[in-house]
Amino acid sequence: MRKFESFVQLIKYKVLKEVALLAMEGTLEEKKGDIPKRVVPGPKPTTRCCIHKEHAILQERVALAMGGDRKNPNIIEVIDIACDECPIDRFTITEACRGCLAHKCSDVCPVDAIYYVGQRAYIDSNKCKECGKCKEACPYNAISEVMRPCMRACGAHALSITEDKKAEIDNDLCIQCGACVYQCPFGAIMDKSYIVDIIKLLKEAKENPNLRVYGVMAPAISSQFTYAKIGQVVSGIKKLGFHNVVEAALGADIIALHETQEFIDTIQERKVMTTSCCPAFVAYIEKNYPNLIHHISNSVSPMVAIGRLIKSTDPDAKVVFIGPCTAKKREAQEEDIKDAVDYVMTFEELQAMLDAMDIQVEECEEAPLDNASFYGRIFARSGGVTEAIQHIIEEKKLDLELKPISCDGLRECERALKMLKVGRLPGNFIEGMACVSGCIGGAASLSHGPKDKKEVDKYGKLAIEQNISDSLRIFDLEKIQLGRQK
Amino acid sequence: MKKVYVCIGSACHLKGAYQVIHKLEEIIRREKLETTVEVKAAFCLGECTKAVSVKIDEGPVHSVTEDTVEDFFYQYLLGR
Repeated sequence: MRKFESFVQLIKYKVLKEVALLAMEGTLEEKKGDIPKRVVPGPKPTTRCCIHKEHAILQERVALAMGGDRKNPNIIEVIDIACDECPIDRFTITEACRGCLAHKCSDVCPVDAIYYVGQRAYIDSNKCKECGKCKEACPYNAISEVMRPCMRACGAHALSITEDKKAEIDNDLCIQCGACVYQCPFGAIMDKSYIVDIIKLLKEAKENPNLRVYGVMAPAISSQFTYAKIGQVVSGIKKLGFHNVVEAALGADIIALHETQEFIDTIQERKVMTTSCCPAFVAYIEKNYPNLIHHISNSVSPMVAIGRLIKSTDPDAKVVFIGPCTAKKREAQEEDIKDAVDYVMTFEELQAMLDAMDIQVEECEEAPLDNASFYGRIFARSGGVTEAIQHIIEEKKLDLELKPISCDGLRECERALKMLKVGRLPGNFIEGMACVSGCIGGAASLSHGPKDKKEVDKYGKLAIEQNISDSLRIFDLEKIQLGRQK
Repeated sequence: MKKVYVCIGSACHLKGAYQVIHKLEEIIRREKLETTVEVKAAFCLGECTKAVSVKIDEGPVHSVTEDTVEDFFYQYLLGR
């Protein structure tokens, strides 16, 4: 059976499920106010100071599950009232304070937050702006730092704390990786959901046989729903009203091939190329290293490639991407590629929709798997893209020296990009994944276990197409736009 | 221009959709019909029991296998 990793994930799931249920019934607008009570009936609160606050927060979750603040372009939003203002003081002066004469800490403090009792220094947390200067200045290293979970999670340095101690996201820096969503212990940061639109689309498709909705399943699904077989999950998704379920891994096969060709064609001039399948990684470069943008592969992501492939075979198709990723929700809206995928939903949302319709995937019959190769499927984990490209080089006996640097998580990406910036990168190819372990560690995954990588490889090995050229041999890819036109 | 859609959805893929596509392309080349008949892959024609499902333009779905491609071609495509 499914397991929830935390209460935060569970409560988000419950809200999504209720929203999905009412949207399916067609009574969401009139009944959305009842959802908080259905999720937490009261009268005793379960997690907050009182039931009223709990209900108020749940109402905000409902709003986000219904698409959130449409004026805010960011997919990720802070629920102000749910942010517990983490009362942890980031800086504390410890016992190691010697009560020295120098008073370097109070000298550097820009807001006069350090005071002395006896000879020892203390920080007035009401004044402290958490700049950290005192910590650097102390000759005894006596000042300890405890980071807020959201800020620690944010590798893009987009999170700060407002004067009233609430978390705030800087949209100019946020790359929508969702790490904060996953890490906030209070569930105060959430990704917007489009399930209401998706349910509406599926309902329309039920009435109109010419409207076909295709679900594109990210390969990371192999590490989710491990209590059922992948074929059963495919059946379950179809029962939601999807015309067909196609593997995003087939798009990964396409991109592996396209990106290899791009590498061959441009590496002389570029010297170093980075991958472009992870939208959070791409956004991270664009926002923090504008001088390195020309190194980013111009290939679209596997999600866009498969969306376009589906639409080339069926011009009336609508495509919904189902994955572990919050950043894909934003990527799908980018101007030059928004034709490819109509909506993005997450595994969390998929679980909620399945349960809203009372579909038990473990009881579904097993549908056969689609057409992608082993290599397309392992794009879901760190190192996968590199392996796929190496495979193509071997298969086609290309005379090409690939010196890959696999970056597992944003911090490793940052390190590689810094080296690239100063011209000291010991390689010519950066595989960048914003989430640790790759997509299987995605913020909107249901499970983030250590066994997940094995599950991906297991799924990869089920592929009947051995090589990328096998899985792509029937497609006419020339008509599909695989380059970005930013 | 006639369009032949061959389903490559999961069920048809397992039953040899790719072989059917290759055979069709082979026959089209042999008959020099490249400018009048085009083979296209479709992600699901909705009739998985008829694997491999094949459809000509907006016509009905036929069930074709690697062994019956030739017959299918001459009966439904060249005959018309």
